[in-house]
Amino acid sequence: MIFLQLFWVYIKIGLFGFGGGYAMLSLIQNEAVNKYNWISLQEFTDVVAISQMTPGPIGINSATYIGYTAVHNAGYSVGLSILGSSIATFAVCLPSFILVLVISYYFNRFKQNRYVEAAFTGLRPATVGLIAAAALLLMNHENFIDYKSFLIFAGAFILTWKFKLHPILMILLAGIAGLVLY
Amino acid sequence: MFRTLFFTFTHIGIFTIGGGYAMLPLIEREVINRGWISKEDFIDLFAMAQSLPGIFAVNIAIFLGYKLKGFWGSFVCAMGTILPSFFIILLIALFFSHIQNDIWVERIFKGLRPAVVALIVVPCINAAKTIGLSWKTAVIAITAALLIWLVGISPVYIIVAAAVGGLIYGLNKKKY
Repeated sequence: MIFLQLFWVYIKIGLFGFGGGYAMLSLIQNEAVNKYNWISLQEFTDVVAISQMTPGPIGINSATYIGYTAVHNAGYSVGLSILGSSIATFAVCLPSFILVLVISYYFNRFKQNRYVEAAFTGLRPATVGLIAAAALLLMNHENFIDYKSFLIFAGAFILTWKFKLHPILMILLAGIAGLVLY
Repeated sequence: MFRTLFFTFTHIGIFTIGGGYAMLPLIEREVINRGWISKEDFIDLFAMAQSLPGIFAVNIAIFLGYKLKGFWGSFVCAMGTILPSFFIILLIALFFSHIQNDIWVERIFKGLRPAVVALIVVPCINAAKTIGLSWKTAVIAITAALLIWLVGISPVYIIVAAAVGGLIYGLNKKKY
């Protein structure tokens, strides 16, 4: 039952998604690509590109997109695909909702909680690893098809890291590069 | 009031591209200028929203909405943040399945895909810098990355292990 699976997977992503949208990517990929085969790795990369180009948080964007595409790829109608995207988006926010409401109630006690502080000595470095894993998993033959891919990667890296080019401009430039080079 | 909350957050949702952290300056400006929250409280809220799982911008919206108007306030703020992205992406998803195999689109995406990887590497380096990785914590980061990348372990286990490890280490350290 794809709708129940979507709901469950996105609850998990919402509950274990520490460290922001990029750290969430390896979680999403692990579930949506590796475990359930809802979308291919290439489609997943495209989702990330689209999320970076469009307004809003990557977590919401990818949930909406993957929710739609997973149901659509399984052969269901457009209406059911929209239902899928609604379920995924709702599910990814649900744990936040519950946690934030509980914590708002205990606001000050949570703030200087030594257990939370201690857990984060381990969680902080792990989220760096999670982001790195997301990048490493996407460095494959589907995304890097020839030497030109590596040139685009190197150019994009230098422009974003050294020259602080805005991601949306970077995406636009890379799209133009694709049109010119291929 | 609910309407103002909703449209403030829709506004924030529409005008930020490139993830939750890009939303922050806009959220800060909107909610502090309206006198909804003091600068100090906002910094506290920021720290808490960051230490929770889930989507950062949504966490902030829920915290703030709850503080201002209770449960329904948090619901309205969350909806305001989510709905613009939801509808934009839904339109793209509807449209993209028709143009996906177009030769021009395919060429554009051949260029995009390696750039996307670079756009993930950069925040990874930034995150490493922000938390100030030492050689000890770098080992945790590298082990986590390798376990997910090469061994195929679910990131869920990595997160649970990191939190438990941090708890044991952090709580014992304070005794001495």
